Amino acid sequence: MRRLVNDPYQIVEEMLEGYCAAFKDKVELIGEMKRVVVSKKAPIKDKVGIIVGGGSGHEPLFLGYVGDGFADAAVIGNINTSPSPEPCYEAVKAVDAGKGCVYLYGNYAGDVLNFDMGAEMAADDGIRVETVLVTDDVISAENVEDRRGIAGDFFVFKAAAAKAELGGDIDEVVAAAKKCNANCATMGVAMGAADHPNTGTVMFEMEEGDMEIGMGIHGEPGVKREKARPMDEVVDEILDVLIPELKLKEGDEVYVLANSLGATPLMDLMVGFRRVAEVLGEKGIKIYKTLAGPYASTMNMPGFSFTLLKLDDELKELMDYPTDAPYFVQK
Amino acid sequence: MYDVLIPKAYFVKLLENLAAMVEEQKDYLTHLDAQIGDSDHGVNLSIGFREVMKKLPDLVAQDVDIATLLKKSGMSLLSRVGGASGPLYGSLFMKLGAPVAGKNEVTFAELCEMIKSGIDAVVSRGKAELGDKTMVDALLPARDALFAGMEEGLKPLDVMEKAVAAAEAGRDSVVDKVAKKGRAMRLGERAIGHVDPGTASSCLFLRVFTDTLKEFV
Repeated sequence: MRRLVNDPYQIVEEMLEGYCAAFKDKVELIGEMKRVVVSKKAPIKDKVGIIVGGGSGHEPLFLGYVGDGFADAAVIGNINTSPSPEPCYEAVKAVDAGKGCVYLYGNYAGDVLNFDMGAEMAADDGIRVETVLVTDDVISAENVEDRRGIAGDFFVFKAAAAKAELGGDIDEVVAAAKKCNANCATMGVAMGAADHPNTGTVMFEMEEGDMEIGMGIHGEPGVKREKARPMDEVVDEILDVLIPELKLKEGDEVYVLANSLGATPLMDLMVGFRRVAEVLGEKGIKIYKTLAGPYASTMNMPGFSFTLLKLDDELKELMDYPTDAPYFVQK
Repeated sequence: MYDVLIPKAYFVKLLENLAAMVEEQKDYLTHLDAQIGDSDHGVNLSIGFREVMKKLPDLVAQDVDIATLLKKSGMSLLSRVGGASGPLYGSLFMKLGAPVAGKNEVTFAELCEMIKSGIDAVVSRGKAELGDKTMVDALLPARDALFAGMEEGLKPLDVMEKAVAAAEAGRDSVVDKVAKKGRAMRLGERAIGHVDPGTASSCLFLRVFTDTLKEFV
């Protein structure tokens, strides 16, 4: 393992302590287990509370998007593991302004069990909590509701947060998030495994020179493993899945997220994006805006994904809403 | 034969032995999870049982009853393990004591009722069915074997051994199946041939329930 650790059993606690010290003007760490990163402005009067969360190891995903115009709180679990029910509940208590809260997270069995228990605890206090599961990982299952949530988390969280900021009630926030999720598709590739600080070794074995198409952001095996091929061929294969999935046609507009899992350099993301722009251009599909970088990582995993979000005027407004979170600032 | 009394000390020892087993088997369980999941099953159980061990001396000092001891330990698992195994194993331990609230010793027949109560809690929380390739495939046959073993009139330890054997047979019966719940579900046919980490840990847990009992009956 090429990482320096103190006590691996304390690594999440130490990260959260460091993060909240680094951005102490914007966020603080709360709860009995200190697993909730909450915006200093929360609860915000008359606004629906936006709570995101999941396992750690995907930074800046979850905690990096807590801030003005974005999420009110992030609930943080162990590495690659959903948080437990209590911090999910503590987040609701911290951010609810009487308008209810929405949980948004990637669709994994563990997260659903724990967040649902958190919502049950909140319901006992008379607080309404709704849930929107992100299911953008197209290759992870045939049925949309069985799919995992990966980099598309970013867009869906953003849509929900902006809708809440714009004064939407809880049903409108849920509807906006679901609409964004339905128009969002991602496909990823990995060329190796991340190091797990608790085991001190790679999360899984992968031969040098191989790639895994469709691998999840926890290193879940994807659909096939084969020899690495040139970037353009892989991008074409990804677009051959994403374009029909979103039924994109000439004249449509998309937001593109080129996401690194941690070890894939910006250089490679740009080489890949160049091909995305070329192919979409040939098909007359317009690129509205692009983001590139590690938005939902897997620690130091070599790999990347491309996400397309099919836009309409409402989704554009939600994506463009100003945000000032430690890992996403937009004027 | 089934009214043999099992003292609270059994449950204290059980928790200690489970924690020791998890530390020993952590890498094995994590390795299984790396094949079809996200390679953290052993790590997360270890995080949970370290918390159980941290709380245990106080619970022993306070002389709480068996149900409280198990419930508090289950709450530690629920709060520290996370993922699916946190709520599932957390529920198992939180409900183990439900049939024997307030007691400081239980009969063997009551121990079987306790294990049934814990297993039923896992089933209702996880909503998995037999054949889905989850821990339920080990736990449900084990539960049924306990009662079948008592019907047959086996000795208590043999009843427990029958349950462990049923769990292991259940674990092995789904190796060649696709998963219908949990992370492995999305692997489709690639899950075939791999041992489900949840069935594996469930078998190990039942083995510890059984081996620990040898010191007490």
